[in-house]
Amino acid sequence: MYDYFIAPFIEFGFMQRALAGSLLLSLSSCPVGVFLMLRRMSLTGDAMAHAILPGAAAGFLLYGLEIVPMTIGGLIAGVVVAMGAGAVSRFTIQKEDASLAAFYLISLALGVLIVSLRGSSVDLMHVLFGTVLALNDEALKLIASIAGVTLLTLAVFWRALVAECLDPLFLRSVSRLGTPVHFVFLGLVVLNLVGGFQALGTLLSVGLMMLPAAAARFWTSRVEPMCLLALVIGFASCVAGLLLSYHASLPSGPAIILSAGVVYLASILLGPRGVLRSRVRHHRHRTA
Amino acid sequence: MQKLSRLAFALSVITLITPALPAAAEPLNVVASFSIIGDFAQNVGGDRIALTTLVGHNGDAHVYEPKPADAVVMAGADVVLVNGLHFEGFLQRLVEASATKAVVVELTKGVETLATAEEEVEHEGEATHEAEDGHDHGATDPHAFQSIANAKIYVKNIADAFCAADAAGCDAYEANAAAYTGKLEALEAEVKAAVAAIPADKRAVITSHDAFGYFQHAYGITFLAPEGVSTDAEASAADVAKLIEQVRHDKASAIFVENITNQRLIEQIASETGLKIGGTLYSDALSDANGPAPTYIDMMRNNIGAIKGAILGS
Repeated sequence: MYDYFIAPFIEFGFMQRALAGSLLLSLSSCPVGVFLMLRRMSLTGDAMAHAILPGAAAGFLLYGLEIVPMTIGGLIAGVVVAMGAGAVSRFTIQKEDASLAAFYLISLALGVLIVSLRGSSVDLMHVLFGTVLALNDEALKLIASIAGVTLLTLAVFWRALVAECLDPLFLRSVSRLGTPVHFVFLGLVVLNLVGGFQALGTLLSVGLMMLPAAAARFWTSRVEPMCLLALVIGFASCVAGLLLSYHASLPSGPAIILSAGVVYLASILLGPRGVLRSRVRHHRHRTA
Repeated sequence: MQKLSRLAFALSVITLITPALPAAAEPLNVVASFSIIGDFAQNVGGDRIALTTLVGHNGDAHVYEPKPADAVVMAGADVVLVNGLHFEGFLQRLVEASATKAVVVELTKGVETLATAEEEVEHEGEATHEAEDGHDHGATDPHAFQSIANAKIYVKNIADAFCAADAAGCDAYEANAAAYTGKLEALEAEVKAAVAAIPADKRAVITSHDAFGYFQHAYGITFLAPEGVSTDAEASAADVAKLIEQVRHDKASAIFVENITNQRLIEQIASETGLKIGGTLYSDALSDANGPAPTYIDMMRNNIGAIKGAILGS
């Protein structure tokens, strides 16, 4: 028991770091994922992984293969794309999915152009995107500060965010906060994703953001329990995935995300709002 | 005979470029897929060839995206030199798209190939490539040039290809190849002497991607790597733990980064085990002219020097 669950984390420093990093990332990105899902923006993460390319490439052009300028560049590009898409969806009739697709494609094309100008054939994204097994002190500090900022912002804007996600027209009718809150939220999304890419890679940061949230949706319809449940699922997937990666010698990122995927599939089947239980209730209702 | 092939060459030039210049006055247009092959070709061809190298110094041929300019060069080429064994994932489609009439020469022809390290016990975790991995090498390790004996075969294949394309220069190519092979033999002796100076139980080092299978096979230094053969694979916690165990039990005594891969994993292993990073090894690409490995001979000399220095210094 001890050998199986505890010893890997005691014996190896990199396992402790991997655990700390992935838990911290879950702490901040699982609640953000719940709001993203409620706003029907679940695919934002994947779009963002491409959208940051021009920023990373500009950082590379100016400073060479240095992680910090490339991350800051990526952050700027991500914010521009998210804010641009948000503004278009706020002030025109176009919905967020279409405007985000348009902005991220423009951004991606620009990025490919910049990379080709330099003519290097080193895969920039391969260098920029980290892996959970190779967290150094800076990456850990980065994730910790992102988690701090995210939790603080969520606490301050909680009520406005919930209203904005569930009934944006209501929020607009009672308060002027609607639009600013939306942009604050988009900022949080970009911060979590780009920080996550740099520290842990795309698969892990997008996966930890969306899968626990999507799984929690099958168990409850209220926002607070949904966020807490997403957090618990995220934590459990991190621990299970890392242990699986250690004992079965599987690559770590996919192992963590597949653990969350198993929880998601189980939730579809077994959750109160999932396939089986909602069928049963529906049936009873008809016969009553 | 010589006249006939010269005529054939002249005709092929006419079809590709414009009117009839005497064939010998035109340099042979040679395209090399990456920097190490480019260096071999330059040594064999000398000033009789016009050489273009597609993936330049410090570039990763595993993930290279060809540009239109590459297709233009390819279309005008007389000889295309590639490593083969699926090393250049991008190449086959580029050759087809450019509709080149050049002969594509696989330089690994005649090399005794090795299976990838996946089959060895200590690397068992590396078979797990990601699903979207388009650069999987399959079962054969393509990095044959890491053994100098194989490099001599590459050089011979290049000389043969040049002779077939430009018979007038054949004597010059043969002479260049012989001279260069002599240098390679001296280099091989040098590498073997350096390895002999390292105690047998210390001959194991850690690198970031498994590109040194042929070096290991030829010279008896064991390379342990947390990633697979291609730069795209992802490591598992078990691999990393195993490497750290090996260092703790004094089985591996030095750790290196490579010029084309992500260094973070190696840095993490180094800081956990207390090993100092011994320097940069050049595996799939040469450095630029100011770096420590602008040519193949410099590269091998740099690598063995770094390995020896780091092991004996530890």
